[in-house]
Amino acid sequence: MKRDGKKIIFEKESDLPPNAMSLGTTEFNETGSWRNERPVVDKAKCISCGICWKYCPDMSIKEDSEGKAEIDYVFCKGCGICAAECPVKAITMIEEEK
Amino acid sequence: MKYSIPQKELMNPGHLACQGCGGALSLRLVLKTLGENTILTFPACCWSVIDGPFPYSSVKVPLFHTAFETAAITAAGIKAGAKKVEKEYVNAVAWAGDGGTYDIGIQALSGAAERNDDIFYFVYDNEAYMNTGVQRSSATPKGAWTTTTPTTFPKAEFKKDLDAIVAAHYVPYQATASPSYPEDLTKKLEKAVKIRGFKFFHILAPCPPGWKTNPEDTIKLGKLAVESGIFPLYEIENGEKYTINMPSPKKDLKPVNEYLTKQGRFRHLKEDDVKTIQEYVNKRWEKLKRLAGV
Amino acid sequence: MSEQKVIMGNHALSYGAVTSRVQVIAAYPITPQTQVVELLSEMCADGTLDAEFIKVESEHSAMAASIGASAAGARAFTATSAQGLALMHEMLHWAVGARLPIVMGNINRSMAPPWTIWSEQTDSLSQRDTGWLQIYASSNQEVYDSVLIAYKVAENEKVSLPVMIILDAFFLSHTSENVTLIDQKDADRYLKPYNPKYRLDIKDPHTFGGLTGPDWYMELRYKIQKAMEDSIDVIKDAQKEFKEMFGREYGLVEPYRCEDADTILVTMATAASTSKQVIDELRDKGEKVGLLRIRFFRPFPYDEVRKYLKNSKKVIVLDRNLSPGAGGIVFQEVKSALYNEPVKPKIYGYIAGLGGRDITVNTIGKLFDDAKNSEPADIKWMEVKI
Ligand SMILES: Cc1ncc(C[n+]2csc(CCOP(=O)(O)OP(=O)(O)O)c2C)c(N)n1
Ligand code: SF4
Ligand code: SF4
Ligand code: SF4
Ligand SMILES: [Mg+2]
Repeated sequence: MKRDGKKIIFEKESDLPPNAMSLGTTEFNETGSWRNERPVVDKAKCISCGICWKYCPDMSIKEDSEGKAEIDYVFCKGCGICAAECPVKAITMIEEEK
Repeated sequence: MKYSIPQKELMNPGHLACQGCGGALSLRLVLKTLGENTILTFPACCWSVIDGPFPYSSVKVPLFHTAFETAAITAAGIKAGAKKVEKEYVNAVAWAGDGGTYDIGIQALSGAAERNDDIFYFVYDNEAYMNTGVQRSSATPKGAWTTTTPTTFPKAEFKKDLDAIVAAHYVPYQATASPSYPEDLTKKLEKAVKIRGFKFFHILAPCPPGWKTNPEDTIKLGKLAVESGIFPLYEIENGEKYTINMPSPKKDLKPVNEYLTKQGRFRHLKEDDVKTIQEYVNKRWEKLKRLAGV
Repeated sequence: MSEQKVIMGNHALSYGAVTSRVQVIAAYPITPQTQVVELLSEMCADGTLDAEFIKVESEHSAMAASIGASAAGARAFTATSAQGLALMHEMLHWAVGARLPIVMGNINRSMAPPWTIWSEQTDSLSQRDTGWLQIYASSNQEVYDSVLIAYKVAENEKVSLPVMIILDAFFLSHTSENVTLIDQKDADRYLKPYNPKYRLDIKDPHTFGGLTGPDWYMELRYKIQKAMEDSIDVIKDAQKEFKEMFGREYGLVEPYRCEDADTILVTMATAASTSKQVIDELRDKGEKVGLLRIRFFRPFPYDEVRKYLKNSKKVIVLDRNLSPGAGGIVFQEVKSALYNEPVKPKIYGYIAGLGGRDITVNTIGKLFDDAKNSEPADIKWMEVKI
């Protein structure tokens, strides 16, 4: 079995688990490409309340070195929940250039 | 950043849920508290797809995909096996949709509840068969559009009162919960993990494509469902002791209108229909308050 | 110390499960299987058997629970019959796809309607395409021994497939026979604790059975077929070791006076025991007849079937089952096994004993008579009253 980044490549019969067992995570699937709009954090406004982090269904909000919200664009699907729930409107959704 | 719920993530990004999926967020929140000593089983439901294709997975705990109608009993089987094999205590967890719970899985659910099997049963209720393209289930609310209840003849029946059915099994613990209230959900889970026996969680999980809503409204809708009394948050212990968590029984409910008009699946409703729904919600709310003794 | 006990076939199954130290039992009652689970519940209750017993609310759940337990790494056992087996159908496929070494007893009973409880093999034979190994037993001793053999084979990494042990309703399930029970210490030497390479393990988490597209599904099916093929040698080894340790010999098939036979009767389960008597009588009269009892129906023992049948002139297949629109199920398999042989015997397909009707010495005698004096046909009915 070979790994190409997060992707798994079966090379021979014995690589394939007979019971369809997982060998990797969905992180191979960079769902950022699904996005129509991207959330952008205005760090000056962010009060580090953690609400956006709490509600993100895609685990795409991290904490930066100053404790402010930071978006993981590799996986963020652009649902807009974080922007809608931010109590101080620190997140804006802007159209993705495709 | 302030963390009001556990920071631990037992889910991986890259999963296949739609944007703004309430069901995906719900499992993320639940796993945080259940922790690593958890074995999951999913019957056929959106999560069969969300989890990702073989050989990948989006959960960091062991997971067994099982047949549509077997969530509860598969979890009970896992529990029995783990008891023999694992040294540590294991949370055996059935995670099922409303179709797999209210309809095809209700027999196995009732069996496990009656035996008081030491498992968790979660229904993430998106109020229809979403995996197969939004067909009605017995959890679909009255008046809603689905592909089998078209707007010309929307769902005629009220939603089945599954919580009452589960309560009739006198299980040690059951609760309703919402991903819009993660702290409430976490508190309930913390309580439940200490209980041996059958634990049942009913989670209302907004579904943007199935409800025809904006993905960004998922959290708002969850809150509106609670505030309007459509989906009050409460606990039942041993089938008898009811505790209402939200909304406050002392205050008036928000009218159902705002919740309904945010959703495309209710767009065809006339004023009279909304009135019928409002009356029903009021009646149910009064009943719940009576049961809770408030 | 081994122990002699006069027990019914159903209890032979229960004792087999006990000697195999099963860890999880999930079962639902159905006539004629009930004694299997009654005895096991008693033994769990009085501590003879240290197993979790889940008293499920249906057979579908019995199989689902066994699947869950087995996936968690425990040795799982269940038993059922007819309607119960049919209800399990979806989960029988599940156990195979998930590659779980569950062992199940099935007491052959005819399918309803009309309501009936008597013996017929159509229930288990219609599950032949699920991927379960199938053993058809012809004595209570064989039932008991087969449980240990079944786990040993099923749990072999090369196989990792479930096994069904099948016994005729009443003719075996409720008939008492002398059975030698194996000493637990010896049994433990034969059958080691189940210790799968992968299970639902909180220390090494994996997901099992996730969505699989056309890119890999076919290879997973290929592996199941391969495991079935490989199981032939695993079975042979397991049965050889069994003979060495306990003295009793089992094959994939049981030939009886087949050497130099012109006409060979092929059948399964208790009908074979009755047939032996007829064979002896005919042999005494100078007729060159023999019997081939098929013990493993899955994997189908193609090589053995060919080996024993290819030099005969006539093969008579006696089926206590019916695939409406086709005929006897064993007949179909035997016929296809011989198709590519350069010289083929004539093959006669007989249906007898449906719904628990007795297959007597007389029935089998008539069958040989008929085959002697007629041309072969795909389906011939024995003793039909209309
Ligand atoms: C026995 C059986 N019948 C039907 C199906 C097809 N099926 C798969 S998922 C599903 C609907 C699931 O609905 P629900 O439980 O509400 O979960 P959701 O998809 O909404 O998350 C159906 C009908 C199946 N997999 N198995
Ligand atoms: S837009 Fe949605 S997916 Fe992206 S970070 Fe915000 S909440 Fe998460
Ligand atoms: S919700 Fe807004 S204020 Fe709170 S952490 Fe996120 S961006 Fe910052
Ligand atoms: S259809 Fe609904 S429940 Fe299913 S993945 Fe999409 S948002 Fe989630
Ligand atoms: Mg649903």
